Amino acid sequence: MLVQLKLYRYQPEKNDKPYYQTFEINADPKDRVLDLLEYVRGDLDNTLAYRRSCAHGVCGSDAMRINGRNALACKVLVKDLNTSEITVEPLLGFKVEKDLIVDMEPFFAQYRSVIPYLVNDEPLPEGDKERLQSPEQRLLIEDTTRCILCAACTTACPSYWSNNQYVGPAAIVNAHRFIYDSRDRAAQKRLDILAKPSGVWRCRTIFNCTLACPRDIKITKAIAEVKNSIRTGRLDVVEPIDEESAGAG
Amino acid sequence: MTQTHQFDVVIVGGGGAGLMAALYASRGAKTAVISKLYPVRSHTGAAQGGIGAALGNYEEDHAEWHTFDTIKGSDYLGDQDAIDFMCQEAVAAVYDLEHLGLPFSRTPEGRIAQRPFGGHTNNITGKPVRRSCYAADRTGHMILQTLYQQCIKNNILFYDEYQVMDTLIVNGQAAGVVAVQLATGELHIFHAKAVVFATGGHGRMWEITSNAYSYTGDGAAVLLRRGVPMEDMEFFQFHPTGIYRLGILITEAVRGEGGVLINGKGERFMERYAPNIKDLASRDVISRAIYLETREGRDVNGQKYMLLDVRPETVNKFAEIDGRTRPDGSPYRVTAAEILSKIPDIADFARTYLGVDPVKEPMPVQPTAHYAMGGIPTNMYGEVVIDSANTVMPGMYAAGECACVSVHGANRLGTNSLVDLIVFGKYAGIRAAEYARGASFQTLPADPTDFNREQIDRLMNGSGKERAATIGREMRTEMFDNVGVFRSEEGLQHAIGKLHELRARFKEVKVGDSSRAYNQDLMLTWELGNLLDLALVTAEACVARTESRGGHAREDYPRRDDVSWLKHSLANLEGDQVRLDYKPVVITKYQPKERTY
Repeated sequence: MLVQLKLYRYQPEKNDKPYYQTFEINADPKDRVLDLLEYVRGDLDNTLAYRRSCAHGVCGSDAMRINGRNALACKVLVKDLNTSEITVEPLLGFKVEKDLIVDMEPFFAQYRSVIPYLVNDEPLPEGDKERLQSPEQRLLIEDTTRCILCAACTTACPSYWSNNQYVGPAAIVNAHRFIYDSRDRAAQKRLDILAKPSGVWRCRTIFNCTLACPRDIKITKAIAEVKNSIRTGRLDVVEPIDEESAGAG
Repeated sequence: MTQTHQFDVVIVGGGGAGLMAALYASRGAKTAVISKLYPVRSHTGAAQGGIGAALGNYEEDHAEWHTFDTIKGSDYLGDQDAIDFMCQEAVAAVYDLEHLGLPFSRTPEGRIAQRPFGGHTNNITGKPVRRSCYAADRTGHMILQTLYQQCIKNNILFYDEYQVMDTLIVNGQAAGVVAVQLATGELHIFHAKAVVFATGGHGRMWEITSNAYSYTGDGAAVLLRRGVPMEDMEFFQFHPTGIYRLGILITEAVRGEGGVLINGKGERFMERYAPNIKDLASRDVISRAIYLETREGRDVNGQKYMLLDVRPETVNKFAEIDGRTRPDGSPYRVTAAEILSKIPDIADFARTYLGVDPVKEPMPVQPTAHYAMGGIPTNMYGEVVIDSANTVMPGMYAAGECACVSVHGANRLGTNSLVDLIVFGKYAGIRAAEYARGASFQTLPADPTDFNREQIDRLMNGSGKERAATIGREMRTEMFDNVGVFRSEEGLQHAIGKLHELRARFKEVKVGDSSRAYNQDLMLTWELGNLLDLALVTAEACVARTESRGGHAREDYPRRDDVSWLKHSLANLEGDQVRLDYKPVVITKYQPKERTY
């Protein structure tokens, strides 16, 4: 099928401001949007810039706006867009460095701000074996451990667009992953960080993040659980996703 | 402007091996990690099914059994001292990961869950053993995330999106690396006492591959150009179950959970090739079986693919035939929900790319280029060794897929790539820091960046008669057709001729982007040059080895030949010519015998 691929272009050394460039491409309906970008950069215009690596939705490099919605270019098939006109633009809310490449540093800084690692200084079990965790306890963090830090959620969030001091949904997801990990001992510290003005209360429950997530993480639900813990001071607030819906992904 | 930085240890690559090396090196040395990607984008994150370790959480298991299975899986080409070391260390390494926060799936008792995997057996009964420690079907993702989290905790210094294009060797010792900062195009010199390469594999030289676009063998090619030979490059693993045409990996865990391979006639064909463990035979064995079934006309619809069937009715039917039981002795029977909970990402891939729900329809699969057993030669401490006498290059280290210890020999067992990068990443980091403490900085050459700039200038100023994208496509097709699952003298000679032609044409390529910031065309073209170098070395090592062993299957030499070929190859690239050397395999107590499953 013939596709009109309209790309956001900005070359800092040549352009004062961004513009759009359209390529007409004969695409297979099963092509990924990433396949079209690869064809453009390899064969039509070597100057096109965008990030990509694994090409199957697990590395998080190629989050971008495709027909107005945040997605991974490697997980969107041409046929699923139901149109032959495809517009690809960089994520909103970050500085555009070149074409579809945005400055990710503020995103990772916000991620780092929520103590995104396990804290537990207690002695190890006998024989230095594993700390025990029941399957039920493990299920509480099943969903949020799936995050690949692609930033599709944070850059889909109107609250983040209006105030980039907000830590954003991705940072909260990664805090959630530790707050409710039965092995962790720093939940209260993270809740204190997320109770600040830059934290969870900036979330207005708009659900854009959940819709944008290429891993189908129930982000708005996760944020609500963190809010609930801050409000009640309790950690037993997580509604585990059932195993089948975890699989339905 | 060229900036110069000084560190005791620089680590090139931010995947599992690189991050593990960083965590350990930084305890005793000033350390930096240089990565062409943000570390969390690394290909370790794509590993699915698990990390092997004889924890015995469900049933009897021993590190010695893991050792023997790995040796047998390697078709006796793996070095037995290193394999024994790795399998012994694996147990502590997995507990270490758990302590660092890795969210493993759990047994009902709260211990780390384990599943069967190809080639991992109870050495007494020969039946599959549950040895693969897993976090659903995203074990690599969880390892990468966990190690990155720990690097944040420990304030590891990262240079993200820097491409290392050259390494500095002074007086035969490591002296640092030179890198391009992708955002600015500026060159940076990293002056170091010790350098650890952890740059991953080179599967992007094949048309159908499970590998990330980034898997272009950069570190291996950098060292090859600086005179370090590549070990055992003829051994590259083709994983039997890639998504048809796309090559995206469908983990062996699908078969571990009871899935079976079905040919175009509806037969479970692995019964004929591995009567004992059937669909859980080693990867090389199954990939060859798929080719042979195809050749006999038993592929599906004449389209060169097989079906991977994990529908509960199929799983339960064959579990009954095999007499498979659960750890408590009850018959193994599954529901769709249980399967989906074990392989959520696979279900997502199947739905996204195939439009198939794997518990309702089988998935079309074909062998896909997956893993480099060969690479930068090292000993079991991650030290790079540069000749057949295993002479160490002081200060130079390598770990993970780019390295060849060799623990995988001619064929890697599933789960052992993750074991490899955790164990040898750790020891490379420890050793590099120890070395740096006792060493002084080498004096840098007058212009450390000259070879780096020469490489860039050549690519920027070519005639422009050729396009990199075209050469890349021709290379990948040639490699898949003639240096793939089965090889022959005729096909390999054709490939060598074609690669010489492509390398000549590559000199006529001109990079189409003249900008400095994020000049991706320059980097991609350079990476293609890396693959062309490694492809030539691979094809030459293949044609020289006139036997079949593990992942190297010669149609004209179908048998293993221990008399002539129980040895590692070392390939040097001298201009456009490959010179091969060999070194012995380390055998401790396991004498080579016939390999059947």
